[in-house]
Amino acid sequence: MKDFAALFAALDATTRTSDKVAALADYFRAAPPADRVWCAGLLSGRRPKRAAGAAELRAWAAEAAGLPDWLMEESHSVAGDLAETIALVLPPPSARQDRPLADWMAMLSALPGRPPAERRAAVLAAWDALDGAERLLFNKLVTGGFRMGVSRGLMTRALAQAAGRAETEIAHRLMGDWDPAAATWDDLTAGEPGGAGAGSRPYPFALASALEGGAEALGDPAGWRAEWKWDGIRAQIVVRPGAFAIWSRGEELMTDRFPELAVLARALPPGTVIDGEVLAWDAAAGTPMPFAVLQRRIGRKTVPRRVLAEAPVRVLAYDLLEDKGRDLRGQPFDARRAGLVALLSALPAGVPVAPSPLLDFDGWEALAARRAQARGRGAEGLVLKDAAAPYPAGRRRGPWWKWKIDPHTVDAVMLYAQAGHGRRANLYTDYTFGVADGEGGFVPFAKAYSGLTDAEFGEITRWVRANTLERFGPVRRVPPVLVFELAFEGIQESPRHKAGVALRFPRMLRWRRDKPAAEIDTLEGLRRLLDVPVGAAPRTPRGI
Amino acid sequence: MAREPLLTFTDRGIFCPAGGFHIDPWRPVDRAVITHGHSDHARPGHGAYLATQAALPVMRHRLGEIAAEGLGWGEERRIGDVAVSLHPAGHVPGSAQVRVERGGEVWVVSGDYKVEPDGLSEPFEPVRAHAFVSECTFGLPIFRWRPQAEVMAEIAAWWRANAAAGRVSLIGAYGLGKAQRILAALPGLGPVFTHGAVEAPTAILRAQGYRLPATALARAGGVPAGALVIAPPSALAGPWAARLPAPGAEGVAQGFASGWMALRGIRRRRGVTRGFVLSDHADWPGLNAAIAATGAPRVFVTHGYTAPFSRWLTDQGLDAAVVPTAFSAEGGDPEGAE
Repeated sequence: MKDFAALFAALDATTRTSDKVAALADYFRAAPPADRVWCAGLLSGRRPKRAAGAAELRAWAAEAAGLPDWLMEESHSVAGDLAETIALVLPPPSARQDRPLADWMAMLSALPGRPPAERRAAVLAAWDALDGAERLLFNKLVTGGFRMGVSRGLMTRALAQAAGRAETEIAHRLMGDWDPAAATWDDLTAGEPGGAGAGSRPYPFALASALEGGAEALGDPAGWRAEWKWDGIRAQIVVRPGAFAIWSRGEELMTDRFPELAVLARALPPGTVIDGEVLAWDAAAGTPMPFAVLQRRIGRKTVPRRVLAEAPVRVLAYDLLEDKGRDLRGQPFDARRAGLVALLSALPAGVPVAPSPLLDFDGWEALAARRAQARGRGAEGLVLKDAAAPYPAGRRRGPWWKWKIDPHTVDAVMLYAQAGHGRRANLYTDYTFGVADGEGGFVPFAKAYSGLTDAEFGEITRWVRANTLERFGPVRRVPPVLVFELAFEGIQESPRHKAGVALRFPRMLRWRRDKPAAEIDTLEGLRRLLDVPVGAAPRTPRGI
Repeated sequence: MAREPLLTFTDRGIFCPAGGFHIDPWRPVDRAVITHGHSDHARPGHGAYLATQAALPVMRHRLGEIAAEGLGWGEERRIGDVAVSLHPAGHVPGSAQVRVERGGEVWVVSGDYKVEPDGLSEPFEPVRAHAFVSECTFGLPIFRWRPQAEVMAEIAAWWRANAAAGRVSLIGAYGLGKAQRILAALPGLGPVFTHGAVEAPTAILRAQGYRLPATALARAGGVPAGALVIAPPSALAGPWAARLPAPGAEGVAQGFASGWMALRGIRRRRGVTRGFVLSDHADWPGLNAAIAATGAPRVFVTHGYTAPFSRWLTDQGLDAAVVPTAFSAEGGDPEGAE
């Protein structure tokens, strides 16, 4: 664990990508093989089940440190991170041990489901064996909140360097649901990946970069293909001999969440991998339903019949990655697309998968006009793909661009503020906003915590501290004075929210120092956005 | 009729009605007793200043022409109806606690303090009191310092590694106190340069007889590879830092020494690549030990996490209350100075 903590410290002590990769590669060369596998697993989001809840850990730590609960709470709000708070308040360890990471992980993996007294004893013993930095890591592993400030991409690069393999190959090998407790170093770094032998393993998803400004910069439109950017769940459908899997972009297995897609296991020939979007589908209108409808299904492990009838899903396919067991990713987009269309057009009617349509367009200006219709089509904008490019691995700037429509915006006033976590600990960065209720008051309708600069957050933090009206635990009520322009992607009726609406992806566009709270938007104006009928011409996106 | 309390808390700061003086007032007053030379304690514009002999040279340097008198450690001075004496607070060289006595009743104002001896400042001396006014900058249990020797060894290892890589080491530390403490405690691994805001107090303290190694003023392009530069934290971000290295040096590695570096969020937010947890204030065990050592049943807390710390002390059976100050309306502003 000492070397793993040293790796953590080294990653923490630099902002240079090359230094981070070098530190990781060193670890992948020097650490015991089982520890390396765990490191790769943890940094690609594979964690054991939580061995204890946050409340349990906090209580055990308070007891061990001889502190009342309220003081733990107060300390937590200042440190901004429970794992760190606990690591800091505990007295120094009395029985230091340096056990390998894999040992600790084995211990942690065995704890879920054990009686509380047993889990408590194991955690207290671990705290007493570890020093500050190790304790912090241990706590993060216990609570499942483990992050190390390096992306999976950097970890993959470092692993490839240490193993002397190609980065794309390692990226592919790291996909799917392998278990760090069972996998070996050789599994991750040697042998041939992909193809029919790889079970249900998906390929790394290609991600589009945001197109800033217009599409003119991409050059000749003839070299580009355009599709709607659907607002559903990006997925890979893997059909291989004896295996059928639907993977989300976050590599979660979703096969059982969409029973209506089970038919694809038989309809598609073995050795087929499709990249597409799962959408709740309005068959009558021929358009997707809003994301919120799909979202209601995602949370469920099993889907009741009623939901299947109300919100059936359909896949709009973007790409064909594997055909007859052959990896097509090296072929140009146009060739893969032709294969996709040929494959899907041969399917019997009623199979819920179709190619996502390519949009005909005659020059960039015409395409910009199509983009403006996206909201009415139930799409978030367009995706532009280089007709000649291979399927990109990960987010590589160049071959794929997303060209999203402008969001809705609303001017709102801050009503409550809460301190953030991690880098934003002790800074008031999470705000609850209100719109005018039309009777001189404000009704809360959205929370947002991104979009401002560090300097602005610092200034607002000082203001919140000086202007707090009331404290509810970590939340502070402030006078309705500071006005912000919020952007959001969509708005839905929601009986669960006080304002009766729920926003999709709200964030702060800017702090409007020029605008008094008396001039912000009203709930009535906000609700009018609900009335934008599907298929109608879009309203002006600025203001409401 | 009950007499007026020995010390009261006013909008100018702590006031002693029976003596007619303020302690570390933040607005101009006729007569001020000053605990130490940091700018949030020694303000300009008072009619008369009283401080330790050891604190006066830096105060004069910072405040210019002032009417000031110095006291020796523990030396008693009669002011009005009270006796005033100054006792080491261990915060920075010359920093004092203020003991005020009237007819056997003793109140002590801590000023800023730390309990671990740093090898340079006069070590903290517990003073028995009936009432104790304590700072609590780090008054939460998440603040627990490691022994100074360990932290200095860490800084030395960092300096050594930078030197091996041909780099200049630049460490941010408050110009009065922390800077000299680091200077005095580090082994001589190479030449040490200072920013002007560090060099001046260093020269003054050296002239007073504090044992400090030789330093030179850092100039653009004049700091060779392997050297250490000590500068105030504010100088780390600017162009001054980037211009330091002499030809041949492989750039500058930056570090920052502060108690706030105990918190990862703050360290990351400040963009500090290397944080050393080194404070001139008492940590949680230190505050609790210092308060216990006064034997005071009444404790007033100020500067820092006052609300939770006061509640904690109340839970421990003390009669504790919060003193508001002009410099931190609320505890724990990590963006502020230590």
